[in-house]
Parts: sequence; C-alpha cells; structure tokens
Amino acid sequence: MVVEKIYGEVCVTCNEQGYLTDLNQWTKDIGLEIAKEEGIEMTDKHWEVIDYLRDQCKKQVPLSIRKIGKSGVVSIKEFYQLFPKGPLKISSRIAGIPKPVSCI
Amino acid sequence: MKELLILGAGTSGTMMANHLRKTLPKKEWNLTIVDQEETHYYQPGFLFLPFDLYKSKDVKKKIDKFIPKGVNLINAKIERIDKDNDIVWLKNDTSLKYDILIIATGTNIAPQEIEGMLGDHWYQSVFDFYTFEGARNLRNKLRQWEGGKLVVHISEMPIKCPVAPLEFAFLADSYFINKGMRDKVEITYVTPMSGAFTKPKATEALDYLLKQKNIKVVPDFNIERVDAEHKKIIDYGGEEVSYDLLVTVPTNMGDAMIERSGFGDELNFVPTDKATLQSKVKNNIFAIGDATNIPASKAGSVAHFEAEILTDNIMRYIAGKALKKEYDGHANCFIETGHGKALLIDFNYNQEPVKGTFPFPGIGPLSLLKETHMNHMGKLAFRWIYWNMLIKGKHIPFVSAKMDTAGKELEESN
Repeated sequence: MVVEKIYGEVCVTCNEQGYLTDLNQWTKDIGLEIAKEEGIEMTDKHWEVIDYLRDQCKKQVPLSIRKIGKSGVVSIKEFYQLFPKGPLKISSRIAGIPKPVSCI
Repeated sequence: MKELLILGAGTSGTMMANHLRKTLPKKEWNLTIVDQEETHYYQPGFLFLPFDLYKSKDVKKKIDKFIPKGVNLINAKIERIDKDNDIVWLKNDTSLKYDILIIATGTNIAPQEIEGMLGDHWYQSVFDFYTFEGARNLRNKLRQWEGGKLVVHISEMPIKCPVAPLEFAFLADSYFINKGMRDKVEITYVTPMSGAFTKPKATEALDYLLKQKNIKVVPDFNIERVDAEHKKIIDYGGEEVSYDLLVTVPTNMGDAMIERSGFGDELNFVPTDKATLQSKVKNNIFAIGDATNIPASKAGSVAHFEAEILTDNIMRYIAGKALKKEYDGHANCFIETGHGKALLIDFNYNQEPVKGTFPFPGIGPLSLLKETHMNHMGKLAFRWIYWNMLIKGKHIPFVSAKMDTAGKELEESN
C-alpha cells in the first residue's frame, strides 16, 4: 500500500510504514522533516551517515548494522547514539531509502 | 580432461556432486569434492538433540557414504582460492586446478564476534545448538537443569535456518511441561528483528503461538556483549536481559577461506547472482547454499531448489549458452511448535508465507502456516527424505524448484 505524504510543500509517496518509495523524491529538507517525526536533531555527523546510506543504496549494496560499523563512517556504538533504538531502521527512513530487510 | 571442483561436501556440495556426476560426460569431466570433515551431519537434527528427541547417531553418518562413484573425494582443509589462476590451494600445500569451481562451504557460528560470548562459561551457562558439540553439551545441561531464566537469543542476521531459534523456544516449552517443571522456567526470546519473523503474516501466526506458550519476546535487540559474570546480555542501546541459561545463535559467517581468497562480504559470504547462482567473483566460479550472499533463507530446502537450477546453469555455461535466471528464492520450512505439532511455510523472494495447502492445492495433506500434527509427521519424515533422496540429488515428487502459487491464499500483499 502506498500513501501520499506532504513534507513542507512537497508531496511524496511512502509505504504504510512511512518509508519513501522513490529515492529520487528525497531532499535534505524532507530528511529533516522525517527526522523531526523520529525525534532526532540532525548534526553534521547524522548527515554523514545519511549520505553514506544513500550512496550505498544507489550502488545496490545491502545494508546491515555490521556493515555500517565497518564503513569507517561511524562505529556501531556511535550509530546507536546518533539514532537510538533502531538505528538502521530510523536512519534509513530519514535517508529516504527502503527499510532494510534482514534476510529470513 | 576438464576439471570440475566442488568445495564443501555438506548438504549443497553433496547434492551437486550427485547431480553433476549424472549429467556431466564422464569421458570429458573429472569431478572432485573437497571437505575437511569425515562426518556428514544431519543439521536439522541439532534442534532435537538437546531435548533428547534424537540421539547422536541419528544425526551423523560417514561423509563418503553419499559421494557417488566416479567422484574423487579429498579429505583436506582448504587454504585459499587463487581465482586469477583457477587454482585451489589446500592446507597441505597441494594445489587443484579447475575449469569450473562450485563453492559450497556453508556457514558456521562465530561466537568470537560477540564480546564476552566465549570464555569459561561457554558450554556451562552459554550454549549454541548449531554445532554437534553445542547441541550435545546443551542436552547434558538440560538433563540436570533445575530451572530459572532461559533466554533464547539471535545475535545478528542472517543466520542458518532462521526459524530454528523459535522452534527451540517452542520445544523448550513442551520439554519443560513434560518434565513437570514449566512453572520453574521463564522463557524469553530475544531477537534483533522487530518481531518473531520478518514477514507480517507469519509473524502474526507465530506471535499468537508465543503468547499461548507464555514466551516473552524482546525485539530489536542488537547484542553488544555478554556479561557472563552477572549473567546478562547487553545491547548497543543499553538494554539488558538477564539469564540463568543462555541459548544463543552466534553471528553466522562464511568460511574464513573465502576471506583468505580475497573476496566475500563483511561476513565472508560469496557475492552471487541471486537468480543464476553464478558468483560475481569470476564467471567460472559458482556458489550455492549457505555460502552465498543471496537474500534467501540459509536452509536445506533452499540448497535443494538451488541445486536443480545450478545443475542446469553449469551445463548451459559449458555449452556457451546464456544462464537461466530462474532461482526465485523458494524456501520451504517446517516449524516445530512442540507437543507433536508443526507449522509449514512455503515462500520465495517476493511472496511471503501465507495460509493454504501443500503440495496439492486444496488437498494438502500439509497445511501452510497452521499448526497440525500432520506437519510434524512431515518434519519427522524429512530425516528419511534427507538421507535417502535430498542429498543424493533425487527430485522430491510434487515439489518444484520454483515456488507454486496454487493452493496458497494470496491476497493484496503480493
């Protein structure tokens, strides 16, 4: 199911869990609005992680917490400090990329 | 003569040896398989061993028993693959030249990846059940355990047989009820996933069972370390779960040989095309089963379906034809729920597990996503099928490599 959502003055499509369905609709302002919904105040370090996630997503590299811990961008511990609770799920939503699937 | 080399004589490798010895012309192709073990383990049986439902002898057979005539079995450790020169180096410094290589080295537990998991407490208060030693030590522990907090835990995804820890929790409930001590045991299921399963319909069915069996779930728990002294596990967010007995599924990793060969992802899994099973490392290298990085379950049923498609694709590769992009992620798993019942799930990359009948649409006799005694009988029968049909590369009647949608209650979620 796809829903339309308005961030600022821009209308984007999201899935029912609030993840953008089109990577290209994303702007930094939209990311900022989603971060507000998640209760996260964005710093440069946050944006560095978001840039990394978007870059990896464009290269179709599957993401995992371990992978991010080894990326050189942040340690896993820092990643949790930046995006508490579910860091990968929350940061992916802010980055406008699909919710990472853990393999079953 | 040309050389086809298979690394690993587990479920996948043994199946490929059986398939290919039938299909590859004997006059043109030598077939060699390498494994460091002398025992072939029936890994699904590791789930039953701790509860005294299977005996050790039920899960072990000699590895050479299943390697067909005309295949050269080498019992040795593998040092590395030299992909540029098409050579595999063994630990004893011998080398094997190949024209086609199949990597089937599977996955193993890596408890050393989690701080504090190994130590004096390993196999005392902290156990795995993904190895023969782990399952047997856990059985001995459970026989004399007097109760307390049992924590069943997954360290990180992906893991082999993703439903096994859930089954462990269900069977533990059943085991302690039968021993008349369920009231002395608190069972908690701790997972890095957001629920019992990653797909909504199966999670719904499984959540119901967890509640019914009084098993507490702690979701979204990404373990940072084990504090064995205070008997607790701690996640990166600072959340703590206490245990008296921790049954964990440690991080699963591909063989270290993959890393020594200079490819593999951060967990030593081989980058592989998810539809053709050709590796992304080099065209003459293929990968199958748990060793790949494809987004399918790491499970015997997956290996079985992959083997049929990989056999076709190897023949196509030899003939210079385009490879079939046919593997759809098909997996088929029984989920033991205790008290002589089980669920069955059948799914692929795109279709989540749903309710229905299997393998005959509308008839069954097995029911999808529903707890029945017949499904449990299916799971028990599977051990015979495994030893006598599956690893020998025989086709399982009425079950195709590609998932069948008939008999499934498909809704808007497709």
